[in-house]
Amino acid sequence: MRKHVLALGLAALGFVVLSSGAMAQEEAMPPLAKQKWSFDGPFGTYDRAALQRGFEVFQNVCSNCHSLKLVTYGDYGPGGPGGGLGYNDDEVKAIAAAKETTDGPNDQGEMFQRPARASDHIVPPFPNDQANRAAHNGALPPDLSLIVKAREGNADYVYGILTGYKPTPAGMKMPDTMQYNEHFPGHQISMPAPLSDDLVTYADGTKATTAQEAHDVVTFLQWAAEPHLEDRKRTGVKVMIFLLFMTGVLYAAKRKIWASVH
Amino acid sequence: MALQSQNKVVRWIDHRLPIFTFMNHELNEYPTPKNLNYWWNYGSLAGIMLLIMIITGIFLAMEYTPNVNLAFDSVERIMRDVNYGWLIRYIHMNGASFFFIVTYIHIFRGLYFGSYKQPRELLWMIGVVILLCMMATAFMGYVLPWGQMSFWGATVITNLFSAVPLVGNEIVTWLWGGFSVDNPTLNRFYALHYLLPFVILGIVGLHVMALHTHGSNNPLGIDRKGPQDSIPFHPYYTIKDMFGLGVFLLIFCGFVFFGPNLLGDPANYIRANPLQTPPEIVPEWYFLPFYAMLRSVPDILFIKAKLAGVLAMFGSIGLLFILPWLDTSPVRSARFRPVYKWVFWLLVIDIVLLAMVGAHRPEGLWVIAGRLGTLYYFVHFLILFPLIGIFERPLPLPNSISEAVTKKGGGKVAGATAPMEKP
Repeated sequence: MRKHVLALGLAALGFVVLSSGAMAQEEAMPPLAKQKWSFDGPFGTYDRAALQRGFEVFQNVCSNCHSLKLVTYGDYGPGGPGGGLGYNDDEVKAIAAAKETTDGPNDQGEMFQRPARASDHIVPPFPNDQANRAAHNGALPPDLSLIVKAREGNADYVYGILTGYKPTPAGMKMPDTMQYNEHFPGHQISMPAPLSDDLVTYADGTKATTAQEAHDVVTFLQWAAEPHLEDRKRTGVKVMIFLLFMTGVLYAAKRKIWASVH
Repeated sequence: MALQSQNKVVRWIDHRLPIFTFMNHELNEYPTPKNLNYWWNYGSLAGIMLLIMIITGIFLAMEYTPNVNLAFDSVERIMRDVNYGWLIRYIHMNGASFFFIVTYIHIFRGLYFGSYKQPRELLWMIGVVILLCMMATAFMGYVLPWGQMSFWGATVITNLFSAVPLVGNEIVTWLWGGFSVDNPTLNRFYALHYLLPFVILGIVGLHVMALHTHGSNNPLGIDRKGPQDSIPFHPYYTIKDMFGLGVFLLIFCGFVFFGPNLLGDPANYIRANPLQTPPEIVPEWYFLPFYAMLRSVPDILFIKAKLAGVLAMFGSIGLLFILPWLDTSPVRSARFRPVYKWVFWLLVIDIVLLAMVGAHRPEGLWVIAGRLGTLYYFVHFLILFPLIGIFERPLPLPNSISEAVTKKGGGKVAGATAPMEKP
């Protein structure tokens, strides 16, 4: 009887959790293909090579339109969360210095341009959202700092968008400034297909297929959204081992103390 | 009885301020029914969750900035740059969900075993007040990160008060401190979100005081007849609660460390944008059944659907206050109530159904399911509760707790003063 009660309770909880997930599937969308990610599972970590390749894609492609405001250049380096992307301090300085940022006012009361430093947040491609919209037919490319956590489907969804461009189906009217994307809600997306084969030349010589680029940049964006993921999972494993041990000891103590009552 | 301590300092203090005697009386020798099962763990778990929320909350408050332009970034700063900020924030975020899980189980346990009945009516009613305060606290806390769901959830819920006849709109403006959810709203929600947990802590004190007046109910629902029915709280229930806490923490930490965002809405990682309504405005899962009731009620005679929905939502909690008088059965535990035992599960199913309705767009079958579910909720308490008590024929109750517990008839009874050590 008690087992049934427990099962029912768990089922009830499960329903509640699942029902919120089921919501997203009400719109007619092809299911997201589940990708294999290095950060999946309780022991998942970030594949550093994929992170750096993903950064290259972001740097050369995404960052032309999208900002990454919550991340600093220093986060890429050894001082960053969990050791960052695996770049050393000099590499980080070079990456930062390639961008100009506005600082000031100086002693003369004037704003001035200077190369970015490790402590600066990633310099956005446009000074403000309005400028960004003006350059993109009124559409605003969203900030990518949290994009993976901010969408139902997370990493698989972002991957799905990047690889989901298809020819517009016959009979569907598509405005000139829009593209058909099978995973985008409503299927009309303002962003032109951002990736293509050999769009970037990877420093490590990996062949840059569209799928490879998408996979790498999503790994990078997952890192940007959840930079402490490795630390969290590592700590979690230790905590769970401790709790299992502690709970075992407590159970033994409980049995011993209650032995005189039963 | 005054505490007999070997420690001079303890004796000196206790003679002047009997806190040690008090603690000994309430936490150590406090007589407890010997047959409490694991469903009785959730009260102390809820208390521990409250403390976890207060402690993590205070540390978050040290880094959080309640300003519409800075709130979102300050939370992200906690997640990225504050040492172990991600841990504290994820504990607090998931803690809210788990606080509700244990509290809901605690309430359902009370419903199943009749813990709200004479002489524990006030204990139950104080509990309902705690639930209301918890809901207010959770709602306002969810607004603080200033994500899309924060903003639009706050907008939808505060707008409910506009359903009040005549002065509705004035009330809403007064709640907002302006003409929309904005900086003044965020500031007052922050102040209240910090205040209310301490109010809850105080009410929990009253809850425990009322509990300790007549002691815990038990799975048999019969009163204790003498010392043979009781065991001291310590060590028996301290260790049982500790073990339960261990199991609970395993599940809780599983979520915190390996799925911290499973229970949350992704849209709250998007900065609040008053100009862009999200496609779905959904509250956190623990409010879904109430949200479903809010949306389900149609126009009733001269009452508009909006007001009727608001009344149903608040009424669903409000009627819990009079529950002790709606239940006409003299028997507490559902174990001896052959009809109620099954009807209880209908309520559980009903609430799960309502939660699912709350998570879906009000279209098609979900509308009908929502209406039926809401109707059943009220029928359950207002009609079935009184009727079952009258027509149900309860099973014979056992003579005493110890007789029912010691099945082999006359096993060793650990009296109220039994020493914990075995020879």
